[in-house]
Amino acid sequence: MSFILRRLAFYLVAAWVAITLNFFIPRAVPGNPVQTILSKYPDLTPQAYKALSQMIGGALQHGSLWSQYTAYLSDVFHFNFGTDLANFPTPVSQILDQAIPWTLILVGTATVIAFLLGTLLGILAGWRHGGWLDRALPVLMFLQAAPYFFVALILVYFLALKGGWLPSAQGYSAQDVSPGWNWAFISNAAEHSVLPAGTIVLTSVAGWMLQMRNVMITTISEDYVVAAQAKGLSRSRIIYTYAARNALLPQLQGFGLALGFVVSGAVVMEIVFSYPGIGYNLVQAVGAKDFPLMQALFLVITFAVLIANLLVDVIIVLFDPRARTREAR
Amino acid sequence: MSPILEISDLSVVYRTPGGDVRAVENVSLELNPGEVVGLCGESGSGKSTLAYGATRLLRTPALVTSGSVKYGGRRLTSGGDPVDLMAMTHHELRAMRWREIAIVFQSAMNALNPVLRVQDQLLDAIHAHLKMPRREAHEKAAELFDLVGIPRNRLRSYPHELSGGMRQRVMIAMALATDPEVVIMDEPTTALDVVVQRDILAQIVELKERLGFAILFITHDLSLLLELADRIAVMYAGRLMETGASQDLVRDPAHPYTRGLLNSFPSIRGPRRELTGIPGSPPDLRDPLAGCPFVPRCGFAVPACTAVDMTLEPWNGAHEARSYLPGSAHLTACPIVTPKVSQEGVLS
Amino acid sequence: MSIWRNMPLRAKIGVFLFGFFALVAIFGPIFEPFNPGFENQDPKFSLNPPSLHHLLGTTQLGEDVFSQVLTGTRLTFEVSLLVGLIATVLSVLIGVTAAYLGGIWDDLLSLLTNVFLVIPALPLLIVLLGYLSNEGQTPTIIVLAGLGWPWGARVIRAQTLTIRNRDFIGASRETGEPTWRIIIFEIIPNEVSLIAANFVNTVLYALGASVALAFIGIANLTSFSLGVVLYWAQNGNALQSGDWWWWIPAGLVIALMGTSLVLLNSGIDEIGNPRLRASHETGRVGGHRIWTTDPTPVLSQLTAPRSKVGQFAYSFSRSALLDRAATKNQANGAAEARTKTPTGGEIL
Repeated sequence: MSFILRRLAFYLVAAWVAITLNFFIPRAVPGNPVQTILSKYPDLTPQAYKALSQMIGGALQHGSLWSQYTAYLSDVFHFNFGTDLANFPTPVSQILDQAIPWTLILVGTATVIAFLLGTLLGILAGWRHGGWLDRALPVLMFLQAAPYFFVALILVYFLALKGGWLPSAQGYSAQDVSPGWNWAFISNAAEHSVLPAGTIVLTSVAGWMLQMRNVMITTISEDYVVAAQAKGLSRSRIIYTYAARNALLPQLQGFGLALGFVVSGAVVMEIVFSYPGIGYNLVQAVGAKDFPLMQALFLVITFAVLIANLLVDVIIVLFDPRARTREAR
Repeated sequence: MSPILEISDLSVVYRTPGGDVRAVENVSLELNPGEVVGLCGESGSGKSTLAYGATRLLRTPALVTSGSVKYGGRRLTSGGDPVDLMAMTHHELRAMRWREIAIVFQSAMNALNPVLRVQDQLLDAIHAHLKMPRREAHEKAAELFDLVGIPRNRLRSYPHELSGGMRQRVMIAMALATDPEVVIMDEPTTALDVVVQRDILAQIVELKERLGFAILFITHDLSLLLELADRIAVMYAGRLMETGASQDLVRDPAHPYTRGLLNSFPSIRGPRRELTGIPGSPPDLRDPLAGCPFVPRCGFAVPACTAVDMTLEPWNGAHEARSYLPGSAHLTACPIVTPKVSQEGVLS
Repeated sequence: MSIWRNMPLRAKIGVFLFGFFALVAIFGPIFEPFNPGFENQDPKFSLNPPSLHHLLGTTQLGEDVFSQVLTGTRLTFEVSLLVGLIATVLSVLIGVTAAYLGGIWDDLLSLLTNVFLVIPALPLLIVLLGYLSNEGQTPTIIVLAGLGWPWGARVIRAQTLTIRNRDFIGASRETGEPTWRIIIFEIIPNEVSLIAANFVNTVLYALGASVALAFIGIANLTSFSLGVVLYWAQNGNALQSGDWWWWIPAGLVIALMGTSLVLLNSGIDEIGNPRLRASHETGRVGGHRIWTTDPTPVLSQLTAPRSKVGQFAYSFSRSALLDRAATKNQANGAAEARTKTPTGGEIL
């Protein structure tokens, strides 16, 4: 339990660093972000002005740096991210509410599927070290090394444009259905998510499989696996309860560490497919110099990764009896 | 009475890119029901390789190049001929493992699954070989704990929550779970402190008396075997140097290596004497020398020692064998003292 | 040389592939037929498929794709290697320092490392670059290197901790060797394969990140790094219009460069951790496949009868040679044993 609390404290520190970075970066970079905004969006309400000044500083600032900082912190705490510039006067939180579910469902599900599938394959590849699964390694390595979007582009080319089996872009066909809890919408959205999800799974499975395979190979040479064989246990019992359950621990830790990269890949994925999620909106915001939205999206992504990491930590504790007594590293 | 485990002419190599490493070379050893045979030798002598090779637990690149290991337990043979482990299929081996021949590993911390409760690991062994309802199995596990002297409330602990001595007792309990005829103990007390060592050894002896299994006790510590074992076999560089009843070996060690081992530890009684070790280091098993492998370190070696084959022969100056165990004749491979070379000189 | 021989095939492919791209990066742009930015206003030259004149066709603006790919390879290669270098140096510095100094310094540096490790890199990069101007590659390099060191620092710190506690470091400290000397001459040489693997990983990360950033449009769009080429291709609807020559070559180069790095890494992995080597030699004994977890193979069981042709072909293999040598030894030993078996007593 104390382990979880320590991890929670750590994540809070990381969150604070992210928020602080958000605060200082626009004030620290060369160039004048404020000018850019003012020239791009000349008519802003006083409220928007004030919110911006807290966020960006620069020529807009009044009050000391510290007071701005505390004001910013309190804003974030209340989920007040200000007003969006590009789609004025929509509040940023509204855009967030629309974008988050798409990304969460698509990326979340696809990543979990990829992890489970890759881990399972890795268990088999590690047990049968040198067997036919190992021959598939170079192909999988290629898929892992190729940039996400390249694989996505190829898939889109062959399956969507040439084959016409699956839609090539968007979250749903806006001209056909409208959002709601009805089957038409859900099935349409599901159809649109096949290619993006498929790309995520294809490109990341290799990584998980390789990692699990390597950990399994090391685990199999441990004494307790030999002892399990000496006990005459069935093969499946040895593979899963003795070898894999132990190999799973470093694998889960690796998952936690890789979450940041997973998210990065997903961002790019959404661009290729024009998928209306967080990543897509982030890039649009950068292009439009829509700083409030940009900042908010960055925070949302970061918080999501931190929460996911915490969840992984909890799972690790559930799986590893030693973690409950281990000192935090 | 026929032996329960008969190792005949067993050779095990490790096949490496640089050639075959001859870890065990033509070893023959017998284990009779209910007896304790000690297998003694320094690190790298091949004693563990012998035990694990005989039960076919070694992993590639190990390879058994010759010999047979015949097991004569009544359960398996139903009164017929002993079965050869080397000729068994994977399936037969798995059924036989633990049920007939169990192993107590050296380091209990490493040999126990860190993520499973000890109770579950015991139950695994039980369920793999015995068909019994869950409640009965749980009760049996608890009884096993009683047998080795661990309080029942520790059943649901994880390995890392137990002390070293307790973990080793768990290993012993696990080994006895299915009532094996043979228990191979691979340096079970090396990692423990002396006091705990004493306890565990006493426990082992008591269990053996009670349940009647045979023990192959592997250790580098000859002093332990002198009290514990009925017979002792001394290994060096993959070969047997000397075998015999414990008292005979101690009174009149035949091979210079055995003498060296005996001289390496002090005895509490008796006059004070200088401790001598054995200078030098074990040979490279990839390119074994002809003849006796101990020659480079032996103070008594003669030229004929390098030309002799290493079969065991009766010791020339043997007294009447004192024990009545079958096959406990005092044998050695040292050519100086056996009929082979004795005209060249006898150890003083 | 033994490093080369022991590398699996796929790692060697990785080396060659990487070397190939290095050559292209260094010498390619010298040979490019056109200036990559040269726009041909004549609409006849827009979006041409590959021809003798333009080996990889032209873009929407009449630019030669082949030249763009050549220049792009150099630019992307540069960025990735530079970032890899800087980030690796940073991670070694921070990792080793944290592990060696220990105490409060370790806590602080570790906290720093972990925080930057857990904050997702690409979104932060996007935000950072969003605020900065888009001139040249330098901001990209600085920002990428600034976020690319935590992973390596953590791994190196862990390794340094285990080395630091080893005796030979303590010995050096006792003899008064200054800290910096210990770090450079004793600790780091022991981590070479780890640092090498880390470098390759960082280059891979830099490759992916820089290309991704450019593709999204957050980079210097006037340069011709491969990511930018892809950006313009995507912008010009190359995918939908079927102008495959615009985006597939650049993408392939990126994918292959990345693959060469991953392959390289698997080779370094296996050098550092010998267990990972796919037991090419040892996985097959006597022509049969032996899995790691199989029972110890027995030679007599493996040399099962084969067809005449199979037997003939097999007799030339290395394992057949070893088997013959093994059986010859046994035959010698067994023959002599038979003639010299003592008449009385059993052999132990």
